[in-house]
Order: sequence, then C-alpha cells, then structure tokens
Amino acid sequence: MSEPRWLRSVRWIVLGLLTIFTLTPLYVMVSSALKPLDEVQGAFHWVPTTLTLRPFVDIWKTIPLGRYFLNSLVVSASATVLSVTIAIFAAYSISRFRFPGRRVFSVTVLSTQMFPGILFLLPLFLIFVNIGEATGVQLYGSRLGLTITYLTFSLPFSIWMLAGYFDSIPRELDEAAQVDGNGPVGALLRVVVPAAMPGIVAVAIYAFMTAWGEVLFASVLTNDSTRTLSIGLQEYSTQTDVYWNQVMAAALVVSTPIVIGFLLLQRYLVAGLTAGAVK
Amino acid sequence: MTSTTSPPAVERAAGEPDRRPARSRRKRPALPYLLLLPALLFELLIHIVPMFVGIGMSLLHLTQFFIRNWSAAPGAGLSNYRLAVDFHAPVGAALLRSFWTTVKFTVLSVGLSCLFGMAAAVLMQGSFRGRGLLRTLFLVPYALPLYAAVITWAFMLQRDNGLVNHLLGDDLHVVGTNTHAPFWLIGGNSFVSLVAVSVWRSWPFAFLILMAGLQNIPADLYEASALDGASWWRQLRSVTLPMLRPVNQVLVLVLFLWTFNDFNTPYVLFGKSAPLQADLISIHIYQSSFVTWNFGSGSAMSVLLLLFLLLVTAVYLVSTGRRRSDV
Repeated sequence: MSEPRWLRSVRWIVLGLLTIFTLTPLYVMVSSALKPLDEVQGAFHWVPTTLTLRPFVDIWKTIPLGRYFLNSLVVSASATVLSVTIAIFAAYSISRFRFPGRRVFSVTVLSTQMFPGILFLLPLFLIFVNIGEATGVQLYGSRLGLTITYLTFSLPFSIWMLAGYFDSIPRELDEAAQVDGNGPVGALLRVVVPAAMPGIVAVAIYAFMTAWGEVLFASVLTNDSTRTLSIGLQEYSTQTDVYWNQVMAAALVVSTPIVIGFLLLQRYLVAGLTAGAVK
Repeated sequence: MTSTTSPPAVERAAGEPDRRPARSRRKRPALPYLLLLPALLFELLIHIVPMFVGIGMSLLHLTQFFIRNWSAAPGAGLSNYRLAVDFHAPVGAALLRSFWTTVKFTVLSVGLSCLFGMAAAVLMQGSFRGRGLLRTLFLVPYALPLYAAVITWAFMLQRDNGLVNHLLGDDLHVVGTNTHAPFWLIGGNSFVSLVAVSVWRSWPFAFLILMAGLQNIPADLYEASALDGASWWRQLRSVTLPMLRPVNQVLVLVLFLWTFNDFNTPYVLFGKSAPLQADLISIHIYQSSFVTWNFGSGSAMSVLLLLFLLLVTAVYLVSTGRRRSDV
C-alpha cells in the first residue's frame, strides 16, 4: 500500500496512546501487588520504593482465597469439560447431517447468547429453589447449579465454532472410517475429533474463560461456602478499608494462567471468534 | 472410546450392501437428534424454560412471601407492566432514567470502542517492527478475567490513593488535590469512569474483528487502486471502509447487545449500589428485584428490555439489509 510520510507519525502517536491506555491498568496491577501496605494506603506513586512479595502470601489469610479458588476451579473445569463434550456431539450433528429443525436449532441457540442475562436470572433462581424444594437436589447455592448454568453460556459459541471447524474437515475422512466399519459416532470419535483438536482446545479455553470470569449469576446462585473468585474478590474490594496491594496480588494470580493460556492459543481462538463476523 | 465398539456391530447386522454414507444417514433419522439432545436439554433448562417462566412471573404479584411457593402468588394481570411504564410514578420514572443512562453509555462505549479498534487495525495493516508484540498486548484486556480488570480500575479510581487523581492532580494539575480531589466512583464522574472502563475492555474485541476483516480484503484491490494513483487516504475511503462494511455491521450489533446488557462492569466497579448517574438497566432491574424482592415487577422490566432489544435488532438487521441466513 502507498503510505504517505505523515502516516508514520500518526501511526506512532495513535498506537502509542492506545498502548499507554492498555498498559496503565496492567502496570498498576503488577506494581501495586509488589508494594508494602503503607505504600498503597497513601497517595499513589508510580514507582514502588520497596518491593515485597508479602501481599501474595497475606491475601490467603485476609480473605478465604483458597476456598474461592477451589470453587472457581471446580466449577470452571467441570463446566468446560461438559460444555465441550456436549458441543462436539451437537456440532457434529449440525455439520454432517441435514434434518428438519436444524436451522431452527442453530438460530435459537445462537440467539440465546444475545438475550439479557438478567432475564434468565430471576426465573432461574426461582426454578433452582423450587427444584430443591421438590426433589432435594440442591442447585441453588451449589457448585452443581453453577456448573450447569455456566456450561450453557459457552455452549452456543462452542457449537457454532466447532460446526464450522468440522465443516472444514473433509467428509471423505469420516466416510473412510465408516467404510472401515465404524458407525457415525465411531467416525466422530476416531477421526473427526483428533483432526479438530486445535478447534476443540480453543473452544475449551473459551468455555473456561467464560466460567472463570462470570459475575452476575455467581452473585445470586452461590452462598458463603460456594462463593467463586469473581464474587469473593468483588465483595472484598468494595468494602471501605481495602488492602489494595493484596487485592492486586490476587487479581494478578487469578489472571496470569488465563492470559497465558489465551495468548498461547489465540491463533485458534481468534480464527473461530472472527470467522462468523467476517463471513 | 470403549463405547465405539458397539455401533459398528449394529451397522453390520443391518446387512446393508450399499455402504454409501448418504444412504445410511437417511436410514438413521433419529441419530442427528440424539446427538443434539444433551445440548437441547441444557439450553431448555437454563435459557428457554426460564424465559417463559420469566414471562409468566411478570404477570404475578411475586413478592418474597411466594419465593418458595410461587404458584400461590396472586395474579397481577398487566399491572407490573403498567407500573414499569408509568413514567409519572417513581418506579417508572426511575426505569426511564436508567434506560436513558444506558442509551448514552452504550452509544459512547460502542462508538469509542469501534473508533479505537478501527484506528489501531488500519494503522497496523502494514508490517513494521513490533507489530506482533503490540497486537498481543492489545489483546490482553480482552483475555483478562473481567472482575480482575475492573477491580484494578476501581483501585485506580480511588479518590485518595488512586492513580487517576495522582495523574490528573499532582502530575498534570487539571483537577484539585487532597481535599479538593474529585471522586470518580460516586456522583457525576462515575459515568465517565464507567465509560472508560467499558471502552478499555471492549475496544480490543473491535480491534480483533476488524484486523481479521482487513486480512480478508484482496490485496489486488489495493494494487489496482495504487496503479490508478489513489492516495492512502483515498484507498482508506474507497477500498478499506466499504470492504469492512459487513464486518462493521455485525461488530456494532454484537457490541451494542453486550454493552446494553452489561451488568458485570458496573457491579464490580461500584458494588451493590451503583450511583444514579451510572445506574445501567441491568443493574437497575437487579437491584429493584433483589432489594425489594419483588420478582414480578423485575420480570416485567426484563421482558420490556428484551422486547426493546429485539425491536432494535430487527430494525437494524432490516435497515442494514442482512438476512437471517447470514446470522
């Protein structure tokens, strides 16, 4: 492309400003996590005078971070495994079969993604409470209830993305597997799933990120013992007297694995995220 | 994997000489539905059924006395709706104010996010040193768990020990310091804070989508227009922007729906009580439901919100000429 000379300066100014905007909160998170308490309680300073790792130790005692962590991990991991498994079967059905209702299903499932969460929240709360009353299966305030809620949040995107991914795998592959004596499900598990691994990993990351960061439903569907990281940290950080260095340390700890996982696998995830919009 | 041993046996037992998959597919009409069944069940339980229950709830006087026995709640007819849209009464007036706050917030946040995303994507179209690093950096806000990012912003926006007042007051001298320092999480400034945090979170997504859109523009379009002597500016207006139109249309719609429904950002930023100036519609409905435990009127407001979003989406899709088959 022909580039005029002024474009170079404009590029560096605009990208420079966006870099500062993007980096500032990240810098605050990292630098404040390394500051002693008295340095985050007074006026803000750009550069820490003393560096310490104490906030990373103390935060586990200030709030029950270990319990929040375990809850988030159990719920997010279970929701991810279930969501990906269910999505694989559904996506295979949509990708390889033509049947009445296929379009209706796709459109309905995708459009639920667009509806306001608040619309489902009140009825879901009531439904969970009443299922508990009627059957004794505690969905309200339990990890199980939160898990099945979260798995549906990533399901539409996962199905959609995997169906697209399966479409790109030549049908000859699963037809060959069927000639070798596999049924359609055997062909899916032995041929299509291995070939679609990058897409499946990307969808798993997406499902995990969705569950790990969710706030609205966790604020209503959990109780003290099933509280997840999002609500645990949110509740602590909106109190009046907050140890901000410890909160920043916790934020850093809960973010790092997710960000690294995302950045490592972004190629696959980004391809899936953007495919629909670009097509 | 062990479960895959039985289907081949079944298939062979059918003894169909013609093994072409198209045939066997037609012979198993139930299979695609069985594969969809788990997804369908969970979607029904968490989304579809609650939606209809929500519509039902909006027609009841569903207060805290009936939470565990909601079939006993007295019918309300359309009174919950009448209350919500009676803009002269306190409930309706508060809902309308929250609605306008949300409209303002959405227009600003989506507009700025698209602008930033477009600027970055277009300026990063050519290759230059550090491009890959910048691209990765710009994706970090999107990858960060929302609450971790918003809590960091909440710390930055603290009046006495936050970065924002330090930067604007002590370093740049554009606001007062010490006892004259402004508040960012209460009062009128809270709206500005909310927009800033929302844009910080959303623009990387716009950037991501627009980058992908740019990559799909055939290079010969630029080559051809360069041969015709088109300037960079002219190429931007006559090639890049028109070619990005379809991508932009989807992007704006998705960002609109996300931003309009945003609950998480204000909830983490402000806690249980959002300031009036930043009282977005989802927060408003949440608070008026769980503070007063009046689920009937909360549901009526949610249904009105859904109808509004459906209307806007439909008008948008029709006016931008995208058919349902493109969804």
